Parts: sequence; structure tokens; C-alpha cells
Amino acid sequence: MHNKSIAELAKGLRSGEFSSLELTTAFLDRIKRHTGLNAYITVAEELALEQAKAADARLAKGSAELLTGIPIAQKDIFCTDGVKTSCGSKMLDNFIAPYDATVVEKFNDAGAVMLGKLNMDEFAMGSSNETSYYGAVKNPWDVNTVPGGSSGGSAAAVAARLAVCATGTDTGGSIRQPAALCGITGLKPTYGRVSRYGMIAYASSLDQGGPMTHSAEDAAIMLQTMAGFDDKDSTSVDLPVPDYSVGLSRSLEGLKIGLPKEFFGEGLNADVAATIEAAIEEYRKLGAKVTEVSMPSLRLAIPAYYVIAPAECSANLSRFDGVRFGYRCENPADLTDLYTRSRGEGFGKEVKRRILMGTYALSAGYYDAYYIKAQKIRRLISDDFKRALSEVDVMMGPVTPSTAFGIGEKIGNPIEMYLSDIYTIAINLAGVPAMSVPAGFAKGLPVGLQIIGNYFTEDRLLNIAHQYQQVTNWHQSAPKGFE
Amino acid sequence: MVSLTADDVKKIAHLARLGIEEKDVASYAKDLSGMLDLMTQMSDLDTDSVEPMAHPMDQVQRLRADVVAEQNKREKFQAIAPQVEAGLYLVPKVIE
Repeated sequence: MHNKSIAELAKGLRSGEFSSLELTTAFLDRIKRHTGLNAYITVAEELALEQAKAADARLAKGSAELLTGIPIAQKDIFCTDGVKTSCGSKMLDNFIAPYDATVVEKFNDAGAVMLGKLNMDEFAMGSSNETSYYGAVKNPWDVNTVPGGSSGGSAAAVAARLAVCATGTDTGGSIRQPAALCGITGLKPTYGRVSRYGMIAYASSLDQGGPMTHSAEDAAIMLQTMAGFDDKDSTSVDLPVPDYSVGLSRSLEGLKIGLPKEFFGEGLNADVAATIEAAIEEYRKLGAKVTEVSMPSLRLAIPAYYVIAPAECSANLSRFDGVRFGYRCENPADLTDLYTRSRGEGFGKEVKRRILMGTYALSAGYYDAYYIKAQKIRRLISDDFKRALSEVDVMMGPVTPSTAFGIGEKIGNPIEMYLSDIYTIAINLAGVPAMSVPAGFAKGLPVGLQIIGNYFTEDRLLNIAHQYQQVTNWHQSAPKGFE
Repeated sequence: MVSLTADDVKKIAHLARLGIEEKDVASYAKDLSGMLDLMTQMSDLDTDSVEPMAHPMDQVQRLRADVVAEQNKREKFQAIAPQVEAGLYLVPKVIE
């Protein structure tokens, strides 16, 4: 059952081949067998069984939707009413969310079953899932390597078949990079497409939630539920949501693909490059025309990002003050001591580093030199995307410069870790949608192909990914021991 | 080469009301200096005529009608607070 697509599972639930309770129990059993991956922070067994029974009743009544009774899991950044929502931090280790995120509410309304909350880098700050207060997640393809981050628990859980699919969030690559390193499909939608209400904020002008699944077909179903205008999110965009499944089968004849030459330069691992080139060759066979494009400002994406994201993070995380919720230090001497020690003891090292960086960039005398300068660079990067995407339909390239790296390999050198996000970060600055699609293996580890589209063309991206998945089966490969 | 001193780091930490341990100050100074070094690349590019970009859609803040949209959930919210009494959040004495 754990290898079936959402559509196949929905069919099985309707034909009576299995119930949601049986399906949910099977996944809960798998989760218990594979706790060594550390993919889950909280397993919501009781709630999941309750939701499964309710889903079975709804199926029997004939009022079920496609996701009714399907066991999914939420990244622990989404608030879940009555269930611990830690954001991977000691700061929120005692935090039982008092309300549901809009995304969670939408899955609940659809009748999906929530198996639990997935591990992640602390406050989504990290590229390896090693900054989590709950410990590193292991990549099911090689347990000595990282699953990527920050949605590392989501990627590992889907790859290991510990959930049918999962949510993730992406501020600088946090859906696409772990999807690539774990060999699954991940989609970062256009900024404003999916509600951020109840999604704990890291960098509000970059954060975006999205689906992490085996296939583009499953991602289309998940995004259908997640997307849409939300009055509770002030940056939500009020545009109609298209039917993401209906266009999946469109032909790619005449599709114009641009390869940004900046994505194929120095620093790209040769095996990864060869895998990406083979994937692009498949697209040529499907009728696509491939040309080179250039985005000259791209080289400044990492510096601009590491001003803007920490600046926003330092403002967003000021809410954790030890007064209304979250961690509070023992015996504070006065109010300043309460703030300073609660924050000092509650946050981990990477979060502190980014708060310090952001505070510095926003402080008097440095604001123009760093923050305004970075926002101007952001405009130039965004203009590069607009120009390139007026010449071609989509752009393609690698998601990451290498396959999964070793646990412990980069955590001691933050700058080196930041540089590994070279191909994903610019997309968030521009706000366009992008996907990671399993494209094969390099020395036994998964490689992700990145597909970047224009604003609000998620339907087209899904179609392009789906057509590739009709002629390849990389997205169906399961890691050894998890088949 | 930008270089932050231990005192710079302590000053920033104070601005952020963020406790950092004495033994970590040197490593934060090194990491932040490394990040700032990376950022000096931005000055390569002339951006005098470029408008700063704060939002990918260049959208402005949306307004809504000034009506009550949420129910009062004080008890639920206070159930997760570190210290409350008689419906109030408790903090150390602020006014002598």
C-alpha cells in the first residue's frame, strides 16, 4: 500500500480494498519500524486513528474528496491545534498550538489523516536538518548522509514511505534541496500562492509552503488543496486557482527550455552535471527546444539573501520573549534578564547567528549599506528572471551542486553550508515557482532536476514534470530497506 | 576584509536581547565577519538607479473592514504561557 499514488489509494479506499484505518495503521507501523531516521518529531497516533475512522465514515457516506483518508504528515512549522508545534526548536518544545494553520485546516476539511509532525532545521534555518533541537534526520538512501533541509524530515519521510506525502516550506530552497537529496518531487509555489497563516515565520517576504510527494501527479493533488487566497495572510495573492491535474497530460512539443549558463559553471559536480544533461536530453526527445540563457546578477543572490533573510528573521523572532508562550528561563532577575536568557537558552547556534546578522544589518548606520543594497540587488535578480522567462517557457538546471553530503561534514562551516544553496536561493528572491524532480542517481545518491517557471505557472511546471515522469521511473525508486 | 570584534558581537547581541555565552563570542565574531565578507561582493554592482524590492509582487498592504473576526480565546492562549495569574501574564517586577 505504501508505494501507491494518491489516486490509486483513493481508488482502493472507494472499492473497499482497504479502509483508511488499515492504511493509517500500516503507515504508523512503518513509522515505528524506522524511528532511526528521526524523521518525525511528534507521531500523532491517537489523532490519526480518530481521523481515519472519520474518513471511513465519510467514504461510506459518499461525501469523500480525493484526499479523504490519505495519511499525510505536516512539517513541524505548521501550527496544529492541540498538537505540539516545535519548529525544530527548544524555544517551542512546550508549545501546543492553540489554532490550525490555514494549510492544516484545508487538509482537515479535505478529510486527510495527519500522521504527525516532521523534523526540520530549527526555525527552518539550515540546509542539512542538523540544526534541529531534536537531532539530525538521516537520509534513507544513505544513513550517513543528510536529507537536506530545512524540510529534511518531510523529504526523508516521503522517500522512506513513512507518509504518502508531506508539506514543506521553502525560504531559500528548503523544499527543493531536500527533495533533490532524497529523490522525491517537491514544488515551491509562487510567493503568495499558498497561505502563510499559522506557518511559523522565518523570512516573511520569501517563505512559501508547498507539496513534497513521489510524483508530479500527487503534487498537483496536494497543491490543489493548499493553494488559494487567504484573508488571514496579508501577502496572499487573490487570483483564481486553476485545476492542477487537468493539464498534466499536455504535450511538450515546442516547449522552450532555457539553461541558465550560471547554473552549469564552476562548482557543479561532474556526475550531477551529467545526470542533469541526460534529463534535458529526455526533454529534447519529448519535443522541447533547448537554448542557453543568462542571468548576470545571479552571482549576488547568496549575499543578498543572507542580508534579507536574517534581517526579516531578526524581526520575526523578536516575538519569542519568554512571556506569552514558549521557553522561559529559570528565576529571571529582571525583565531584560528574562528576555535575554530565555532567548539565549531557547535558540540554537544557527538561529542566533542569523538573528545577530539581521540585527547588525538593520542597525543604525548599516541599514543602507546592507539592507537597502540587498533589496536593490533583489530587484536586479528579479529582473533577470523576468527577462529570461520572456525568452523561454521554463528554465532548467540542477537543484544542488552535489548529491547528499555527510552528516557533520559542513555543519562546522556555516559559509560553506550557505554556498550549497547557490541554485535555489535566487528563485525565492524573485518569488517565481520552481520544482525539484528526481532525475537519476550519481554514485547511488539521488539527483534533482530543477524546473523554474514564471509567476503562477505551477500548472505548467507540474505538466512538464509529469511528462518526464511518464518516460522515466526515477520518482518510483525506493531506497533499500524501505521498498 | 570586514572584521567584527568581540565587543561588536556583544553590542549586537544586546540590541537583539539575545544571551550568548562568553566562550562563543569569538566564533560568532568569526562567522559574522565571514558573512559580511561575502556581502561586500554586493558593492561591485552600481545600484544607484535601482528601486529596492521588498515584495515579489510589489504588492502593498491590504486593508480589511474594522470588524471583529476572531473569538476571544484568552484561556486557551494563556494555557500555554509560562506564568499567568488571574488572567494576566506575569513578568518580573518592572516598576520599583
